[in-house]
Amino acid sequence: MDIATIVQVIDSTLRLATPLLFACLAGLISERAGVFDIGLEGKMLIAAFTAAAIAYVSANVWIGVGAAVLASMVLSLVHGVASITFRGNQLIAGVAINFLAAGITVVIAQNWFQLGGRTPSLTGDARMARLQLPFADAVRDVPVLGPVYSGILSGHGLLVYVAFLCVPLTWYMLFRTRLGLRMRAVGENPAAVDTAGISVVGLRYIGVAIGGVLCGLAGAYLATGLSAGFVQEMTAGRGFIALAAMIFAKWRPWHAMGAVLLFGFLEAVANRFQNIEILGVGVPVQAMQALPYVLTVVILAGFVGKAIPPRAVGTPYVKEH
Amino acid sequence: MALTDTAMRQETAASDLAIELRGISKAFGSVQANKDISIRVKRGTIHGIVGENGAGKSTLMSILFGFYSADAGEIYVNGKLTEIPDSLSAIKSGIGMVFQHFKLVDNFTVLENVILGAEDSGLLRPSLARARGLLKDLAREFELNVNPDAKVEDLSVGHQQRVEILKALYREADILILDEPTGVLTPSEADHLFRILKGLKEQGKTIILITHKLREIMDVTDEVSVMRRGEMVATRVTAETNPTELAELMVGRKVLLRVEKTPAKPGAEVLRAEGLRVVDSHGVERLRGVSLDIRAGEILGIAGVAGNGQSELLEVLAGLREAEGQVWLRGEALPMSGAKFGPLSRRKQGIAHVPEDRHRRGLVLNFHAWENTAFGYHHDARFNPSPWRMDNDAIREDTRGKMERFDVRPPDCWLKASGFSGGNQQKIVLAREMERNPEVLLVGQPTRGGDIGAIEFIHQQLINLRDQGTAVLLVSVELDEILALSDRIAVMFDGRIMGERMPDETNAQELGLLMAGME
Repeated sequence: MDIATIVQVIDSTLRLATPLLFACLAGLISERAGVFDIGLEGKMLIAAFTAAAIAYVSANVWIGVGAAVLASMVLSLVHGVASITFRGNQLIAGVAINFLAAGITVVIAQNWFQLGGRTPSLTGDARMARLQLPFADAVRDVPVLGPVYSGILSGHGLLVYVAFLCVPLTWYMLFRTRLGLRMRAVGENPAAVDTAGISVVGLRYIGVAIGGVLCGLAGAYLATGLSAGFVQEMTAGRGFIALAAMIFAKWRPWHAMGAVLLFGFLEAVANRFQNIEILGVGVPVQAMQALPYVLTVVILAGFVGKAIPPRAVGTPYVKEH
Repeated sequence: MALTDTAMRQETAASDLAIELRGISKAFGSVQANKDISIRVKRGTIHGIVGENGAGKSTLMSILFGFYSADAGEIYVNGKLTEIPDSLSAIKSGIGMVFQHFKLVDNFTVLENVILGAEDSGLLRPSLARARGLLKDLAREFELNVNPDAKVEDLSVGHQQRVEILKALYREADILILDEPTGVLTPSEADHLFRILKGLKEQGKTIILITHKLREIMDVTDEVSVMRRGEMVATRVTAETNPTELAELMVGRKVLLRVEKTPAKPGAEVLRAEGLRVVDSHGVERLRGVSLDIRAGEILGIAGVAGNGQSELLEVLAGLREAEGQVWLRGEALPMSGAKFGPLSRRKQGIAHVPEDRHRRGLVLNFHAWENTAFGYHHDARFNPSPWRMDNDAIREDTRGKMERFDVRPPDCWLKASGFSGGNQQKIVLAREMERNPEVLLVGQPTRGGDIGAIEFIHQQLINLRDQGTAVLLVSVELDEILALSDRIAVMFDGRIMGERMPDETNAQELGLLMAGME
């Protein structure tokens, strides 16, 4: 295996991990605030569709991204109203969001573009441009630095950098700010927050809303950066993989980055080596593509040690007598 | 001139009050929890509020802390009419509350818990530094030592309570409300708490102490108000009253504070356990070689702070948990694991069990009373005329009898278990387990959550059962209860029996030392 292949795989790992990272952080923040978010998938999907459709119509990818964030936040609001205000079952509200998104995207896409439930392919300014980092060309031929800087780090859409920047931001917000302290408290013991005179409902809405923004970015990158347009069910379970990564990371931002890089790497490997032979036996491409999902099952089955979720997650807060 | 004098005196009187409530009423649905309550709490005093469970003490304090809003009435804080629609306004008015069930985030550090909700700015660092300094000062001043960097879940209950007090002081509370603060403390921890409270009082703070323990009221309060069924029935200067008067005011009739019992006439040894050893799923050794024996017609009381192995001991004896060691019933070795081990076989052998946690193990709260009285005995032939049919009428008939004999109120066998008060729920469990005339009765926390009337009744029933020749193992965290009922007392600490004492040859101080692990 040559250097060029390795660089290529790692380069594509970063891109494939980006939507997972956004979604994973979305779930992490929401659950830290005590609200299960199984609707990551649906929010990503509606964001992907909205981003593709609006970017195509406006011929500007950033208008598409903005619209995607709005669309995702609308679904977050639905989730919030159902599970925070009306104290419904958070899992069921999330599942409903997934179904809603799966159906509504295809129906609207078909009605709007008449392309069998897809959006037209995005070209030009409607796609997310790849940024060349400064001096990327200059150092391209320098050993080590060249492949790492120019080959791997440079040449991604803006949202890739935003996603990885979100990791320290999330960590800082959760562990170094007042908002983070209160949000973590509300996910562990909302009664402590309530008796301190702070609104439990308000904090949980903030958590869910931040999750909405991040899911919007995840979907937008999926449709405008990773692909060039929306197709039916294009999230392909990434929302659930993100949930698995979040559990794997035990609800910690830096570990979440590690977890999604692992998933992204598996996907990149599967894409790159479609027809691989191990010991003379051909491995079917489907087996390679199933790798991230197999890992998801393994993680969710608890093979990675005990993951203790925030203690109040999934429980609506009711003042006790 | 004289007129101005009186007016001035009234003025000072009003400004001497930290809290004044006038005509507070609050109803939950059809239940009138507080009826036209007025109370005056003088600044710089410790004011006790006593009453039975359900008398409305906690509701009243929750209104004062903004947890509920009153239907009618006025609240004056430091002589000023104050609206308290939420906890934040209460905190701003200088009121702090230490709840019975602590409102702490278990996996946060002490510092984080203290500043939560009262941070100085968007970033935590300055608040944490300020809180650290303040905690140091408070620790020196009031014996409120806690490691600021310890996680709350690693602290003892007594230390967790200090964190709650520190939280209130960090918010500059002048008026501190404590709801049943000693329920979970060892006697020495309780004494420490009272020293802290007296220190706070000397600094001019006002303390409202809610409790049902009259001894505490007599020890630390300056004034005491008594509540009964949602009404304020009396306020007394503590020095001018006595426990008997307070108990009568609480219950509304004469009560016996002491349990009437004749000396035990112990017979042959019934239950014997040797070398019981339990390691829980976390690898922690919960029982470290416990041996004991109980004879017919005696009550063996197990004293100890909750969590020192008493629960595991009950579970092992009741067949709910496997253990190393051996248990004998009337000289016959009982299986300690395997197919023949379990609560059902223990019951059949004559060991009845009243679990410590009646909500988790004693009752199915969503089921009717009659269903609950049959559990564990639902295989009985008299309830099962054929293998295909259970005779529910027979169970209900049986339940009606039990409810009458055990004075369960209301005597309605169709009421769900959750619809009864704590004391009456406990009577249902006791009736189920006691009416089989078991050879051994294992009973944990028999009167937890019960009011004085129910406690009196339950104690009498346990004594009666003893006099009929049953061997009773009583586990309770209430030292008074252990002292009043037991014929022998064993003290548990850290999974071991620290020693055995006879009730008339020991006292609360000595037992308290044993409970704290000191010999």
